[in-house]
Amino acid sequence: MIIGVGSVIAIMSVGAGAQSLIFNEISSFGSNLIGVMPGGSEDDAPPAAMLGMVITTLTYDDAKAIDGIPHIIAVTPYATGNANISFGDKIKNATFVGVTSEYVNVEDSRVSHGRFILPEENESTARIVVLGSEIKEDLFGDDDPLNQRIKIDKTNFLVVGVMKKKGASLIASRDKDIFIPVKTAQKVMLGVDYLGLIRAKVDDEKNMPFVTSEIKKLLQQRHNIEDPKKIDFSVRSMDQALDMISMVTDALNLFLGAIAAISLIVGGIGIMNIMLVSVTERTREIGLRKALGAKRVDILTQFLTESVIITFIGGLIGIIGGSIFAILVACGAQYFGYDWDLIITPFSVIISFVIAVVIGLVFGIYPANKAAKLNAIEALRYE
Amino acid sequence: MSVLINLKNITKDYQTGEIVTSVLKGVSFEINDGEFVAIMGSSGSGKSTLMYVLGFLDKPTSGGYHFEEQDTLKLDDDKLAEFRSEKIGFVFQSYNLLQRTSVLENVLLPTTYLPNCNLKEAEKNAVKLLEKVGLGHRLDHNPNQLSGGEQQRVAIVRALVNNPRLVLADEPTGNLDSKSGEEIMEILQSLNKEGRTIIMVTHEEYTAECAKRIIHIKDGMVTEDRIVERQRMARDGEYKK
Ligand SMILES: Nc1ncnc2c1ncn2[C@@H]1O[C@H](COP(=O)(O)OP(=O)(O)O)[C@@H](O)[C@H]1O
Ligand SMILES: [Mg+2]
Repeated sequence: MIIGVGSVIAIMSVGAGAQSLIFNEISSFGSNLIGVMPGGSEDDAPPAAMLGMVITTLTYDDAKAIDGIPHIIAVTPYATGNANISFGDKIKNATFVGVTSEYVNVEDSRVSHGRFILPEENESTARIVVLGSEIKEDLFGDDDPLNQRIKIDKTNFLVVGVMKKKGASLIASRDKDIFIPVKTAQKVMLGVDYLGLIRAKVDDEKNMPFVTSEIKKLLQQRHNIEDPKKIDFSVRSMDQALDMISMVTDALNLFLGAIAAISLIVGGIGIMNIMLVSVTERTREIGLRKALGAKRVDILTQFLTESVIITFIGGLIGIIGGSIFAILVACGAQYFGYDWDLIITPFSVIISFVIAVVIGLVFGIYPANKAAKLNAIEALRYE
Repeated sequence: MSVLINLKNITKDYQTGEIVTSVLKGVSFEINDGEFVAIMGSSGSGKSTLMYVLGFLDKPTSGGYHFEEQDTLKLDDDKLAEFRSEKIGFVFQSYNLLQRTSVLENVLLPTTYLPNCNLKEAEKNAVKLLEKVGLGHRLDHNPNQLSGGEQQRVAIVRALVNNPRLVLADEPTGNLDSKSGEEIMEILQSLNKEGRTIIMVTHEEYTAECAKRIIHIKDGMVTEDRIVERQRMARDGEYKK
């Protein structure tokens, strides 16, 4: 019983917390982001690029063209790779992310020291770098990295800025990455002329469908594709990702709900046993009460009340226990840097109490009815 | 004096499997308002069964039972429960007090089942009655802290708290020593003096003589019904065990 109600609270709270984490994630990431990945795909399957294939159709000029579509606030292309980053005798392996100056607007990121990449630095394939907060710690500790030179593989880069810490994230942590101009990444580091990803930020969520279809039209045109089956890119919004994630959390909630239901039923049967024993032990009392004028409903009400009080107290303890569990989970998640809200709604508390009372009524009715039906004389003669 | 109880040819059979036991085999009598009747008989003669029929706890197999000129056999269970609550006070041989429940709460138990009961009044009345039977200092005690005689006095007060017309006492002194028994009889006699009708079951002659009328029962039938010539007043020294 206690476990049952406790798990109801815990599930509702932890479930809501997990959902809040995802929603916070999405919104910190920008819920009105659209991603364009190279390689075609069905809408509900992962794009080919995610499966590790190298597809070379997406270009810097595609990104520039997308920027012209109405309702788009910012666009940045991405060209990423891995490299050894070194400063003095310190070496770190890290992901370099080639982007444009628009990156900070697309991903809602901020610079804590110095500045971000400038547009002209991209055009001139400048060898400048902005460090993620963790990689800055690793290479420089507390020292000022601005205007220092670091090596990315064998090329020297000038440090012009450090990103603000973003914290842990379900999708990707950018704190360990370094940022360089996208053209520098393409030409100097990777030696390619294609992109891994384009991201665009839309001004309002309600314009997402319009912008998505505009991007599709535009790229189809630019890539000279007539047959829709041959489309060589995928356009995705965060909503779709969100749908997939909430399907998973819903399934999880259902599973935990089943556990709660089973423990509630087991608890209910426990209550029924307690009440049946109580009815037998108090047979004489029932006879006496009837002799003193108790009607059947009076006895029924008395025993139902008792079983409801038991389940109510059980529910109270369960709610406290479940809440403590939920608080621990939330604190734990926050301690590890996740954006996890502690959500214990009045609704879930009320629901728990209602469940407790209903269990008390449902499983109390049989013993209470048994008590009410007792023959007064036999009950009085009972030893 | 008005007729309170009219029994006509009451029979009661118990069926256990195939076997039918006739416990009451045609009992008839009238009891008037204000009487003090002792029902006597040996163990197993059907006294308790008769008591339960009189107190609406059990229905007779056949016969007629009028209470306050109402045909009680026509009433449904809830109405009979109301009758028990308003008109009858039961006293049992084994007290039947609730354990782990204070004296005062025990006494107030019948008020739970009395509709429109003024609880403040009832409590005042209960305290007064408890004081009258010498238990004013025991209100908060639990029954297991009291002697048998004291427990039975609590049970009598409980029977009185709804101010019933009839008190039914089934061997009220059966579990008590003679001194405590005398105290109980003294209380019952004073209640009767105040006008309350009392029917008491006993198998002891000297206890029965405290009543004003004795009905003898044997094998489920009335064998003798007589007025007590000289009612023995409890504690006046006329009888010593
Ligand atoms: N429920 C019952 N089923 C069968 N026999 C019963 C039942 N209740 C009482 N009796 C029988 O009825 C008889 C009278 O019982 P009772 O009225 O208690 O006698 P008394 O009170 O005079 O000792 C006894 O023989 C008893 O065994
Ligand atoms: Mg008896």
